[in-house]
Amino acid sequence: MNLEAIKSEIEANVPGCRLELIANPSPSGQHSLLLDAEHASAVALYLRDTPNLRFDFCSNITGIDWPGKEVSQKIKVRKLVDGVEQEVEETRITTIPGSLEVVYHLYSVEKKHGPIVLRMRTKDRDAGVHLPSFTPIWRSAELQEREIFDLFGVLFDGHPDLRRLLMWDEFQDYPMRRDYVDPDDYEYEPTAHDAVLQRARQHLSQANPVQPSEGEAR
Amino acid sequence: MDEKLKTELSKQGIFTTSLQELYNWGRTSSIWPLNFGLACCAIEMIATTMARYDLARFGAEVFRPSPRQADLMIVAGTVTKKMAPQVVRLYNQMPEPKYVISMGACAISGGPFKQGYNVLKGIDRYIPVDIYIPGCPPRPEALIDAFMELQKKIDAQQLTGENRPRHLNADEPSEFIVPQFGEHDLEPTRNSSIWEPPLVQIAQTGSDESGSH
Repeated sequence: MNLEAIKSEIEANVPGCRLELIANPSPSGQHSLLLDAEHASAVALYLRDTPNLRFDFCSNITGIDWPGKEVSQKIKVRKLVDGVEQEVEETRITTIPGSLEVVYHLYSVEKKHGPIVLRMRTKDRDAGVHLPSFTPIWRSAELQEREIFDLFGVLFDGHPDLRRLLMWDEFQDYPMRRDYVDPDDYEYEPTAHDAVLQRARQHLSQANPVQPSEGEAR
Repeated sequence: MDEKLKTELSKQGIFTTSLQELYNWGRTSSIWPLNFGLACCAIEMIATTMARYDLARFGAEVFRPSPRQADLMIVAGTVTKKMAPQVVRLYNQMPEPKYVISMGACAISGGPFKQGYNVLKGIDRYIPVDIYIPGCPPRPEALIDAFMELQKKIDAQQLTGENRPRHLNADEPSEFIVPQFGEHDLEPTRNSSIWEPPLVQIAQTGSDESGSH
């Protein structure tokens, strides 16, 4: 299965779709296709129904959170300084907006090939977290899309039953997002280390400003 | 009653006892656990009741499917925050006298899931626990040992006086707060009347860094 060939085949048959091949530099070489949200359903249907592809089984769906980040670059710019043109070094900060990504792994049971890896990205991490649901196309996506909605907060348009799966309905946060802060449960293990130690110290400084003495410690 | 007189009488074929002994003997020998498990510890609990380990030898062969008929709750497994209100509600529905065995690392402290956002860090935050058994999961022998410890505990209970058990003291509660699902965590996060976070000394900056490098 050549992903390059599949990509050009889809582009020829699904008018208007914008695909991007994301290469995987690791030894596994599992390259993937980034779909645009508007044509994703059409592309998925094409992959499922075309006789030579027949990706009839959606095996796995994963969510990824890409937080927005600022990248500072040092660029040499020609500028007029005191009437003389000089080369000056400037730092330019570019903001890369964050997004949520969903990864689908498809196999073909009939043709015995796969996987093909599809990705979709949301516009941002706040209001534009909508993506088309693949549940009407592969029924096996239902619970996994619900889980991704639960833990990442991706809203799948067209999903028949988009409710929280693991957390309770009243829960407001999305725990698998990078900026999630989990509840301040007391970390009372005396052998805490690394991140837990940091959190325990933070908790202790907030909860008991005065450190307990040796005798009081249990 | 004097112990010497008692043994002397029993040698002569006269059996004497006190109401307290009789009462505790009855309760010790028929602790019926609630038929209820949460995770892999429940598999060990099931094994304990079957022929090889045979919990029936201790008078606990009848696992009751209803909390109304149960005396003992074995919290066997990970208590997730989503499950915690139901566990507390089941405990509240049990009639007094009732006991709790916290089985395994998860039920004691959250175990390997301690740093998770979704796991309750110990069922003792919401209900009073009588016996803790560490292990992941504890072997059936450990559960039997916990069971025998509970029997010793019941046997030693006084029917009157300051130290009488909760079910004989009208002022003590027999029901505990059922936590509600909140927007970020359970509300309240613990029952302050039965559980407070222990004070633990954590190594100060400098001393641990020098040790780790």
